[in-house]
Amino acid sequence: MSTSTEKLEREEKLEGIGCSRKRKEDPRFIQGKGNYVDDVKLPGTLFADIVRSPYAHARIKSINKDKALAVPGVHAVLTAADLKPLNLHWMPTLAGDVQAVLADEKVHFQYQEVAVVIADNRYIAADAVDLVEVEYEALPVLVDPHKAMDADAPILREDIKEKADDGKGAHKHPNHIFTWEVGDDEATTQAFNAADVVVTEKMYYPRVHPSPLETCGCVASFDKVKSHLTLYITSQAPHIVRTVVSLLSGIPESKVRVISPDIGGGFGNKVGVYPGYVTAIVASIVLGRPVKWIEDRMEHLSTTAWARDYHMTGALAADKEGRIKALRVNVLADHGAFNSHAQPTKWPAGLFSICTGSYDIPVAHAKVEGVYTNKAPGGVAYRCSFRVTEAVYVIERMMDILAQKLGIDKAEIRRRNFVKPEQFPYHTALGWELDSGDYPKALQKVLEAVDYDGLRREQQEKRARGELMGIGLVTFTEIVGAGPSKACDILGVGMFESAEIRVHPTGSVVARMGTLSTGQGHQTTYAQIIATELGLPSEDIQIEEGDTDTAPYGLGTYGSRSTPVGGAATAMAARKIRDKAARIAAHLLEVSADDLDWEVDRFKVKGVPGQEKTMKEVAWAAYNNVPDGMEMGLEATNYYDPPNFTYPFGAYLCVIDIDKCTGEAKVRRFYALDDCGTRINPMIIEGQIHGGLTEGFAVAMGQQMPFDEQGNLLGNTFMDYFIPTFVETPFWETDYTVTPSPHHPLGAKGVAESPHVGSIPCFTSAIVDAFSHLGVTHMDMPHNAYRVWRKIHELGLDKHE
Amino acid sequence: MIPSEFEYHAPHSVAEAITLLTQYPEEARLLAGGHSLLPMMKLRFAEPAHLIDINGIKELKGISEQGNVIRIGAMTTESELIDSALLNEKCPLIPAVARLIADPQVRNRGTIGGDIVHGDPGNDHPAVMLALDARFILQGPEGERTVPANGFFLGTYSVGMAADEILTAILVPVFASSTGYGFNKLKRKTGDFATAASSVVVQLQGESCADIRIALTNAGPCAFRAEAAEDLLKGQVITDALIEQAAQKVMAACEPDEDLRGDAEYKTHMSAEMARRSIRDALTKAKG
Ligand SMILES: Cc1cc2nc3c(=O)[nH]c(=O)nc-3n(C[C@H](O)[C@H](O)[C@H](O)COP(=O)(O)OP(=O)(O)OC[C@H]3O[C@@H](n4cnc5c(N)ncnc54)[C@H](O)[C@@H]3O)c2cc1C
Repeated sequence: MSTSTEKLEREEKLEGIGCSRKRKEDPRFIQGKGNYVDDVKLPGTLFADIVRSPYAHARIKSINKDKALAVPGVHAVLTAADLKPLNLHWMPTLAGDVQAVLADEKVHFQYQEVAVVIADNRYIAADAVDLVEVEYEALPVLVDPHKAMDADAPILREDIKEKADDGKGAHKHPNHIFTWEVGDDEATTQAFNAADVVVTEKMYYPRVHPSPLETCGCVASFDKVKSHLTLYITSQAPHIVRTVVSLLSGIPESKVRVISPDIGGGFGNKVGVYPGYVTAIVASIVLGRPVKWIEDRMEHLSTTAWARDYHMTGALAADKEGRIKALRVNVLADHGAFNSHAQPTKWPAGLFSICTGSYDIPVAHAKVEGVYTNKAPGGVAYRCSFRVTEAVYVIERMMDILAQKLGIDKAEIRRRNFVKPEQFPYHTALGWELDSGDYPKALQKVLEAVDYDGLRREQQEKRARGELMGIGLVTFTEIVGAGPSKACDILGVGMFESAEIRVHPTGSVVARMGTLSTGQGHQTTYAQIIATELGLPSEDIQIEEGDTDTAPYGLGTYGSRSTPVGGAATAMAARKIRDKAARIAAHLLEVSADDLDWEVDRFKVKGVPGQEKTMKEVAWAAYNNVPDGMEMGLEATNYYDPPNFTYPFGAYLCVIDIDKCTGEAKVRRFYALDDCGTRINPMIIEGQIHGGLTEGFAVAMGQQMPFDEQGNLLGNTFMDYFIPTFVETPFWETDYTVTPSPHHPLGAKGVAESPHVGSIPCFTSAIVDAFSHLGVTHMDMPHNAYRVWRKIHELGLDKHE
Repeated sequence: MIPSEFEYHAPHSVAEAITLLTQYPEEARLLAGGHSLLPMMKLRFAEPAHLIDINGIKELKGISEQGNVIRIGAMTTESELIDSALLNEKCPLIPAVARLIADPQVRNRGTIGGDIVHGDPGNDHPAVMLALDARFILQGPEGERTVPANGFFLGTYSVGMAADEILTAILVPVFASSTGYGFNKLKRKTGDFATAASSVVVQLQGESCADIRIALTNAGPCAFRAEAAEDLLKGQVITDALIEQAAQKVMAACEPDEDLRGDAEYKTHMSAEMARRSIRDALTKAKG
């Protein structure tokens, strides 16, 4: 009989679920041995570089390529006119719009792609770019989205102007993209009319850029003999790219191979298809040689997908005790020049309707209106599920504001309104079914850990001395893991995820998934899931992703999908294997499968000690001794369509001290408690939380993409765009509770985006809190020293005697 | 992000470098640490046809004491300034400033000479040189001359030397007794230039201020001294009230440009705040 310590030892050897196993991918990254797109070097490669518009809005009068073509080593200069015969001068976007691949008659934003030069090397290409002569006629520029639907606003999209009265969408104006409404408008109005207290606040969530370490790029290699295209690309969703490339180029999907090698971060920026990719593919097809395109940092920040840019008005109705009666949110969304918002097809504002948060709100209404402006296209989910960051921001801000209005502590107001543990599964007023949670417990744990009452006392004393100290608090709920395919699809493909697992005769495993790690450590965690499910050591389990020729079709990694959907597919595929293995084991032990118990890594005959077969033994038998009528081999595939999203949550607290003379805000303490359900690798979770908090800190305290009145982007380098180093980054304290998801095979919920989503409003909460005794209810991000000082100065707090 | 084509030269002596400069008038630029020049070339704001790399010239390196003066070779890197025992002992303001310049990568290549000569109002050494009352040794086809820092900085990217001259060394006085310094710099993050910064050197005689120099970074087209503020404090026992009056004079002297670091009003206030802090720090140090 196996003792429990012996069992535990066997379990530990597997390094399965719950083990803080070291990341398998780190040795190669730490040694500089990763393989990124720019490391792909094919013989005969040509290089692409892009001619970009200096104007935000202008008509192209002429393009003269002669001088550029005359440079030795230049192979081609492509413009929209060259792509037109192939019908590739425009391409579809994820949001059902079209985007110019190369500017067709007009440019719509500064740095827009106008022409592409293909040359022997990057240096020649860069010289030739300077020699392409483009004549522009400047047009009036639309920068302010509030003016987009004015009668005299310049019309941006002449290409789809007609669609304004096509009767499909109720387009109020040619610059109007969509209006999306959810909830009960009338009931919400009634609740507001009847309420004791109403608070309303306008807030702007600035345009920010995910700015992964690695910029975007690709190598397109078309084999003219085989009519086969290989595309190496920095994509979070290689399978979708294959489908799009096939649809656009007419090359059968079976002859398109997309390889996403190591990706230096994505954060939502690497989901869509960019003009550089399309032009590299066309050039490779035309020239029959591999073509490489790699953007530089300025191109990346200026033209690839940014996030947010939501002008939000939140309103809460409540009774005198602060119990919420209704929520209303109105949003004006600046989508830039083309609507390339990242979204499942049916959700023009993504999952923004999660804006009821962690609270039991009886009625709600949300309305989002999208407009065009002369700015780069985007609107992606920057380390969050589609538009969830914005939703969490507005509800968490409004909770603070309601608390302030009623003179109730901001922890208490949350406690009074939480969805209670016994209410799960909870149906929100805007249509979601929250799967599980214990919000009061999470909050209480944080308040005790930081001695909240002590902090409030300290703040009182500091205020008396005229010092500025703020305490921020957030109790967020996310919605991740898109998603049920009946609710979510991308370009018509349902948002399932896939895993294919093969157990070799010796018991080692190769598994392939449709997701793609961009830093999350899939090679490590997926192996742990399989290790626990199959009782084989994770060390012997090889995880592969990113090659569409070998991996099963999947929708990719973003929106915290990988564990909720890909992880579920992995567990389900493993369970199919275990079922088959049980039948093989029964055959070997000459019993019925029902007589077997599964224990860690082996099947045991019930009540007969010593009668057992390990998974390793079964694997060997699967290739030589299976029951009659059974297929040989030990492998399985699963396509997992989740029954619901998952809803990770957390409670964050932040303490900030502000220098009254300079406006600098120092984060003294940040305590983050996350509940992501079952924890597969606690160390990776902590790493992801550190990263997410750091990015959240960057967004809240410094990131922005500002434009001048002419639509010029100010600050598209890392001198201005805030990427914190370890010098700026606060110390993070992390904590957790575990409330498993009831519908996920492992109970796991996804975590890497929570810290970003949850921390951003927490920083704002702390900053505003430092001024709340002076009647300040909200301050827009970024909370950089300059903007904070403006408030200090406005309040006259910086007087020197 | 790729510079236009240029020819690369690597002379081994100052004389050789000057010959190259005269050989390609208008077309040549000296390459020191490259941390100001190369970014401009990558953006093609600067397109020199000839790049004269002076990193191989040994006579431009080194820090030595010559009587009551310290001589710093123009090609001394920020990291070398930070590590110099001599400077830390006898002119600690310079290492203190160097420590807050950019990041280790930049400091390992960037030179004090390049920082001074580039004429960028955001660079820190010019104001430090003014506060220290430094002198510069310039060498050109006609020979060598020594000029004071005071009056050298003329405007943005404009300094008082000819295109065929090379800054070979910087002379700074050894700190006398009862001398203190202060350096305060407000920046958005590591690697950023100053939103505002102020270098102050004060010399006390008993309780009162015998001499003071207050210099500012990024508060105008080039580094400058707030002389009205200095005049107000000289000969006085410096009190909080006087510091406040001096801060007002500093504000009156500032004319910063608006950028993403802030508008002119903010930067003016921050210049005053950095000056206040530096004056206080300098006084504390002078009192020992
Ligand atoms: C990210 C970043 C942040 C920075 N932050 C700061 C900061 O906070 N404070 C600060 O002071 N600086 C800062 N810098 C600038 C940095 O210190 C540069 O190194 C410095 O301005 C120029 O010195 P260099 O040796 O690199 O000169 P180079 O870039 O090689 O040359 C600059 C100019 O000076 C000329 N030149 C160089 N040496 C001589 C010489 N001996 N005689 C004549 N002409 C010469 C060159 O021809 C060129 O025109 C920053 C730079 C970067 C990239």
